[in-house]
Parts: sequence; structure tokens; C-alpha cells
Amino acid sequence: MISDDLLGNDAHWAFGTDFEDPLAGVDTTVPDGVDPAALARYCLMLGDDALVLSQRLSEWCSRAPDLEEDIALANVALDLLGQARLLLARAAAADPSVVPALPDDSPVPAEDALAFFRSPAEFRNVTMAELPNGDFAETITRLLLLSICRLAEFESMVAHPDAVLAAVAAKGRKELAYHRDFAARWFVTLARGTAESRRRVLGALDGLWAFWPELDAPADVEVVLDQVFAAADVSRPEVTPARGLGRECVHTEALTDLLAEMQSVARAHPKGLW
Amino acid sequence: MSEWPLYEVFLRSKRGLNHVHVGSLHAPDDRFALMHARDVYTRRNEGVSIWVVRACEITASSPDEKDPMFAPSGDKVYRHPTFYDIPEHVPHM
Repeated sequence: MISDDLLGNDAHWAFGTDFEDPLAGVDTTVPDGVDPAALARYCLMLGDDALVLSQRLSEWCSRAPDLEEDIALANVALDLLGQARLLLARAAAADPSVVPALPDDSPVPAEDALAFFRSPAEFRNVTMAELPNGDFAETITRLLLLSICRLAEFESMVAHPDAVLAAVAAKGRKELAYHRDFAARWFVTLARGTAESRRRVLGALDGLWAFWPELDAPADVEVVLDQVFAAADVSRPEVTPARGLGRECVHTEALTDLLAEMQSVARAHPKGLW
Repeated sequence: MSEWPLYEVFLRSKRGLNHVHVGSLHAPDDRFALMHARDVYTRRNEGVSIWVVRACEITASSPDEKDPMFAPSGDKVYRHPTFYDIPEHVPHM
């Protein structure tokens, strides 16, 4: 199995049957014509988006409005964590210089070093992913905006010259299609629900919309988004865009807090084996 | 949310032929019930098809009518196809 090279042996996690290895048989060498440093940077962008949003969604565990939604949000978080793991591992394999230096005897794999031993100023996620959760309407609205863009990115990444990225995209697009549909259905339901649910979802959209330009959505994404907005009887807010510089590693205080919590266990036990 | 209706969930597994009842959940409407069922009951690779039905739409037999419903078939052994000699060349019987 090729992914043994990239991720180490996962056999001890596999309790079920018929699980598919997304990287089985995939060539892991960086192809000619692809700049390894640029490839690593791209993987970090997409990997950090997934990692940070996954951490935010995980904060809903045991706190969602009901049991079914609790599990649904945790499932989305786990899908994104899986994407983050593959992407960070790919970044490390393409350009080892992006991985924080740890002592020679450290058992921490490269993707964990990237997740748990980088500072906020080394993360490349968009600002929208790191903002605090807010209420359920804000969480759903953010998930809609981010998953609609990420799905489009993965749809085009399927044809990426790097075979690993193409395989990650082929697996992830199915997950993201579900995330988008889940979020869109809730968005429309809340917007057309009670006066209170509509008030909350409109407020959420107003707050998040300043960070929409940073996502740099292609035209076809704007079309899909307008379809969702039409179904929800919602119009695009008139909001001054914020200066989102997440891709250049400029972040809000919210990311510092998020990472402090997420990284605390790994940093307290740098020789821990998981 | 107690006001959400109760749904019963049926799954067809990869190797299974029929949908089998696996449990129940609450959902605001039919489509959300399918999504919830996917999220709650298929996260370990269990299913390839899901049915959901509102629990209130199911008509069930009552324990009180157990005897008239089921006791009459308890002594009709001849209804089991165990009285035939099966030729040796017939497999899988």
C-alpha cells in the first residue's frame, strides 16, 4: 500500500470491513513540471482550511441542538480532518522544509508536526474558517459558504497533475457534496422557518459576508450560491469586505485561541504515541 | 427537540438482500430523516440504501392479540417443507 509510505500503517484503526484506501496504487513522486514548494503551499492552504474548520465543528460535540445534528456535525468534522491529514502529509512529502523542526528522537509524524507544532502565523487557512462558531445558524451558514467553495476547488483538483492531490480530490468531493447539501438544506430551512430562525440566519450571513471575497469563488460557485439564496428568499448582504489575509498567514485572535486548545495535548506530551 | 416526529430507519447492507430495521431517530421532515439516518446509522460503512418511515405510519400488531395472531401456526409442522427427500445432486438446500 502506497499510503503506508505517506501516512504510516493505519491497520490498528480499521475495525470495520471493506474500507477503501484513497491512495492505494497512487504514485507519490512529485511529477515533473510541478514546483514542490508551490505544491506544498497549496496543500497547506487546503489542509489548514480543513483542519481549522474541523476543530471548530468539533466544538459542537455534545452541544448541538439535538443528538442527530450533533453526530452530523461530528461526521463533517471527521471528513475534514481526514482531508487535512492527507493534505498536510502531502505538503510534508513534497517540501520537507515546511515541517517544524522537532528533536531527532521525536515520534511525531510529519502531518502531526504541521498540525500541532506550527504557530498561528504559519497557518494558511482563510479567515472564515477560524471565526468562533456562534450559534447553530452561524455554523450552518459558514459551512455552506466554505463547503460550496471547497467542493468547486476539489472538482477541479481531480485533474491536478499531482496524482496524490487528484486522489485526495476524488475522495473528498463526495464528502464535500454531502457537506454542501446538508448545510444548504439547513440554511433554507432556517431562513424559511420561524421569524427567530430567519433573524438568526440573516444575522449570520451579514457577519460572515465580509469574509466571502477572501474565498475568491469562481463564477459557477456564485451561481450555485444564488440558487441557494433564492430558495431561502435571501439576498446578498451589502457589507464592506474585510481584509482577509489568511492565505498570507495573517490571522485573527480567534485562531490563536483555537490552536492553543487544539495543540495543548500534543505539546504537553511531545513523545506521546497515538 | 421533542416536537420533531419519530422515524424508523431501515438499512440494506452491502451483502444484505432486504432492508433491515436498525433503529429510530427524530427529524423535522422526510429528507432530513434520510440525512440523519445516513449520519447516525451508516457511519461505519454499514449501508448502501436507506428507508425511513414515520413511526406513526406503521401499523403494528399488539402483544394482546399475540395468541389469536400467532398461536394457530404453532402446531402446523406440515407447513415446513421438511418432508421431501432432496436428491443429492441438488445443492444449497
